Amino acid sequence: MGKVFAFHGGIHPPENKKQSTREPIGQLPLPKRLYVPLQQHIGMAASPIVEVGQTVLKGQLIAEPVGRISAALHAPTSGRVLSIGPHPVPHASGLDSDCICIESDGEDRWVEHQGIEDYAAMERDDLIEHIRQCGIAGMGGAGFPTDVKLHLGDDHIVNTLIINAAECEPYITADDMLMRERADQIIGGIRILHHLIKPSHVIIGIEDNKAHAIHTLEKALKGCELNIDIQVVPTKYPSGGERQLIKLLTDIEVPSGKIPADIGIVCQNVGTMSAVYRAVHFGEPLISRVVTVTGDAVARPQNFEALIGTPFADLLDAANLYEDRLYRLVMGGPMMGVTVEHDQIPVIKTTNCIIAASREEMPPAAPEQPCIRCGMCEQVCPAELLPQQLYWFAKGREFDKAKHHNLFDCIECGACAYVCPSSIPLVQYYRFAKSEIRTEEAEQRKADHARQRFEARQARLEREKAEKEARRKARAEEAAKAQKARKAPEASASGSPELDLNALKTAAAVARTKLKKAQKALDAARESGEGDLSALEAALASAQTSADKAQADLDKAQSGSAAPAGNDGPDIKQLKTAAAVARTKLKKARDALKNAETKGLDGLDKLRATVQELETRADEADKAYQQASGANTQDSAGSEASEAAPVDLKALKQQVSIMRTKLKKSEAALADLEGEERAQAEQALETLRQRHAEADRAFKAAEQAQLDKAAAQGVDLKKLKVDAAMARAAVTKLERSLDKTEEAEARASLESELAAARRKAEELNETLKQHETA
Amino acid sequence: MSLIRMSSPHVYKANSTANVMRLVTLAMLPGVLAMTVFFGWGTLIQIVWASLLALGFEAAMLKLRKRPLGFYLGDFSAVVTAALIAVSLPPLAPWWLTGVGVFVAIVIAKHLYGGLGQNPFNPAMVAYALLLISFPVEMTRWNAPFVLIDGASVASFMDTLGAIFGSVEPAFYDQFTGATPLDELRHRGGLTTEEVWRQSAVLAEGIGAWHAVSAAWLMGGIFLLYRKVITWHAPIAMLATLALLSSMFFGYDPDNYADPLFHMTTGATMLAAFFIITDPVSSATSNRGRLVFGAGIGLLVFIIRTWGNYPDGFAFAVLLMNLAAPFIDLYTQPRSYGHTRANKGRGGNA
Repeated sequence: MGKVFAFHGGIHPPENKKQSTREPIGQLPLPKRLYVPLQQHIGMAASPIVEVGQTVLKGQLIAEPVGRISAALHAPTSGRVLSIGPHPVPHASGLDSDCICIESDGEDRWVEHQGIEDYAAMERDDLIEHIRQCGIAGMGGAGFPTDVKLHLGDDHIVNTLIINAAECEPYITADDMLMRERADQIIGGIRILHHLIKPSHVIIGIEDNKAHAIHTLEKALKGCELNIDIQVVPTKYPSGGERQLIKLLTDIEVPSGKIPADIGIVCQNVGTMSAVYRAVHFGEPLISRVVTVTGDAVARPQNFEALIGTPFADLLDAANLYEDRLYRLVMGGPMMGVTVEHDQIPVIKTTNCIIAASREEMPPAAPEQPCIRCGMCEQVCPAELLPQQLYWFAKGREFDKAKHHNLFDCIECGACAYVCPSSIPLVQYYRFAKSEIRTEEAEQRKADHARQRFEARQARLEREKAEKEARRKARAEEAAKAQKARKAPEASASGSPELDLNALKTAAAVARTKLKKAQKALDAARESGEGDLSALEAALASAQTSADKAQADLDKAQSGSAAPAGNDGPDIKQLKTAAAVARTKLKKARDALKNAETKGLDGLDKLRATVQELETRADEADKAYQQASGANTQDSAGSEASEAAPVDLKALKQQVSIMRTKLKKSEAALADLEGEERAQAEQALETLRQRHAEADRAFKAAEQAQLDKAAAQGVDLKKLKVDAAMARAAVTKLERSLDKTEEAEARASLESELAAARRKAEELNETLKQHETA
Repeated sequence: MSLIRMSSPHVYKANSTANVMRLVTLAMLPGVLAMTVFFGWGTLIQIVWASLLALGFEAAMLKLRKRPLGFYLGDFSAVVTAALIAVSLPPLAPWWLTGVGVFVAIVIAKHLYGGLGQNPFNPAMVAYALLLISFPVEMTRWNAPFVLIDGASVASFMDTLGAIFGSVEPAFYDQFTGATPLDELRHRGGLTTEEVWRQSAVLAEGIGAWHAVSAAWLMGGIFLLYRKVITWHAPIAMLATLALLSSMFFGYDPDNYADPLFHMTTGATMLAAFFIITDPVSSATSNRGRLVFGAGIGLLVFIIRTWGNYPDGFAFAVLLMNLAAPFIDLYTQPRSYGHTRANKGRGGNA
């Protein structure tokens, strides 16, 4: 035997174990109904695979594990599935949970099952899967699925396998009785685990109050070739706590927040060993366990082999419950067990004990007194915490300080509350603080998540906005470039005509292809008589236009690069027109001025100025035209001259309206006047009227000049439009014939013709455009 | 069937605050007995008088604070405080001196801070310090051990009662009171300790009484340790520090410094070690914290006794360390299971 070490603190509550060890493990009559909860541990609930009304056999799989941390469930006896739904379960929350209810048929017929003869020859993973399929889970504390712990060997080196036989809680004797009666099964289970995780050392940790069990274990171990030690530890609660037992047996502390496997240790309960043995050797799934039924309110405290799902009432009946004495019903031990509110709650895989306590045995807690910081809790805390400080922090909601004092290392063993002279329910304070912190953290996570999402959304919106802006800019730049490219050949050969030329060539080719396609589609539609002909025709027309335009651009660019001097024909024409218009306008204005001068109208100076300005403009336009036609250079004066007319017109119009207002006022004034004054006024009014008429005439003349100019242009425009359309049509026609022509020679001539036609069309187009914008 | 719902654990050790206080009171018995034997009825009378006052003040305060009387009076904490004040005062102290002390302890130092468990300072020591500063004459008029007085004139119970509650001739005090050993040593003038020992009757003969009383307090302390009412940390740290310091100074200069045994057995050393500095409410809370707390008191007491103005300095030392207790708590968290290091400071961002 090796050395036994010590853990800090611990208490010695009255054991109360003797009562339930007088009788051997008893058998229960078959319960009428069994309730198998789908979730009996942390992790995922099992998923039922039976339907209501279905007949099941004992040991038949009724619910499959879902996910890694989940345990299979089996029918504890043969019968019929009555229901699958909420039923009270043994849980601290007191809430109902889904259970499969099976009505026993009384025959207890087994499903076909068989053990594994030579598990050592079996694949390791298959053996673990077999254990998983048998629904084996830890039967000591949390009911953790056993296969998960066996898989740990994959990424952890396990040196030590510890079998927890301490059973440190008062009252409970289920493991004790199991060891006394089925030590061979336990050793058999240990052998299987030894085979699976290959530890260098196996230690069975057992408290020194179980002499009988120690003796039978020692006997069962005789002649065993494995390195198994029975280590007797002093009776002190909570020596059976996983971390405390590891400290006791190895003097190693499991680091905070880690699991024993991280330090090469795996802990298993003796009950689990027996279950593993039965699963492997007989193929029996975990459908029953040993349960201690004890407490002052039962006449015959005893251990029973109970099917999972057996209502507590059946067990209490078997132990002869004094119902009038029953005050508190506890599942588990008096230190960490949970109270259940009624006796229809079923036995689950972790139900090691049911205490039916009388009021004298477990009286209600005394009223809480003030904490005097006596520190008795500190002396007994097995986690070496400062329970008195944690209490103050929990009470004052100083959760940061509580965490700093390692609140989450508290195992809720209840030793502090047990010794507290002020009867403070310390464990409840810690549970409160823990759940508050967890809620707070969950909320914090949620808030963080929401914030991240909000920020991500904002960033996305910003990005999209920026992208949109960039696209808009790019488009604007492109448009500007295109504009420049279009103007470039007109203005000069500067820039990069080669590049532009290429781009234009490509564009023209693409446009031609599109046009061809559209034409083909239209032809096909016409032949078959199907489809929207008008739409296709429209599409063809638009394709035609774009093709023409592309070709025109290309041609112009080509000619531009060929003759940098430019093509100023249309501009000269325009200038000529502009000059003519300016002259006409000038003439009209001069007439108006002359008229005004003879009549002595108001605004004479203005008219004179206008005439003068028009004279200069007309001169300028003339000059520009002369220059343009003579030197083939461009001048913008023409357009300016034409723009001058509306400005003039406006001024004239204004004058007329002012005069009209004056006239009206005078007329109104006249109505109020009498005699001599009236005659004078009438005379003045007459003069005014004349002036107004003159001004109006001048305005109309100017307007007419404008109209004349527009008319002059209008003829031009109309003609231009027609010419352009005709040119385009010619291009199209040529293109079509080109498409149809296969002969190389004909094609060549057609192509040259087409190029010429295109050039012409483009020229006309350009001229037209300029006139339209002017 | 509907049964009671309770959170675990479901069983409790039969223990209560009242039980703790009763054990403390019980542990005081040897000391009180020794004091009565060596200094007369005064101590017992003071205890009864102080306890009555304490219960009265406590009841009045509970009523003012609208707290259930029976529940809180039943915890016996007021009686323990009263008894500690009573044994700290000179046995022949006038009734009003005790009254003022108990009032200050219960009303001001305890209830004005929120009652049991909430007081930052040891109530008995607050009372003692206040009395010592306010009434130095009455507070230093200790009666001499009976061995120094003619056996025939030992003060009777009635005489003592009269001395405490009535007015007596100053001659009465002259007959019974005298300097304590600590006073003698403090006011020795230019004499070496050895000369003082030879000259002073109090030191030569009366010291035995003080030894006996200290031994009695020690007995009570061991009882408390045995019953796990207190832990060894604070008392041992305090006694060890005091012993170590006095040994060092005595070894360095025996003419001017008292020997360690003298420090251990005179004044309030043993009483304070097991009954005063172990007050859980106002001391540092963890085992490690109590080591620091006790050592600090030992250091302060030695400094006050040796170089201060008062012959004994427990009240001041305890109050000063009470002030330091929350700070000590910050840095004396134990290393918890599964942790490599103990946490320090406030935690969080601090």
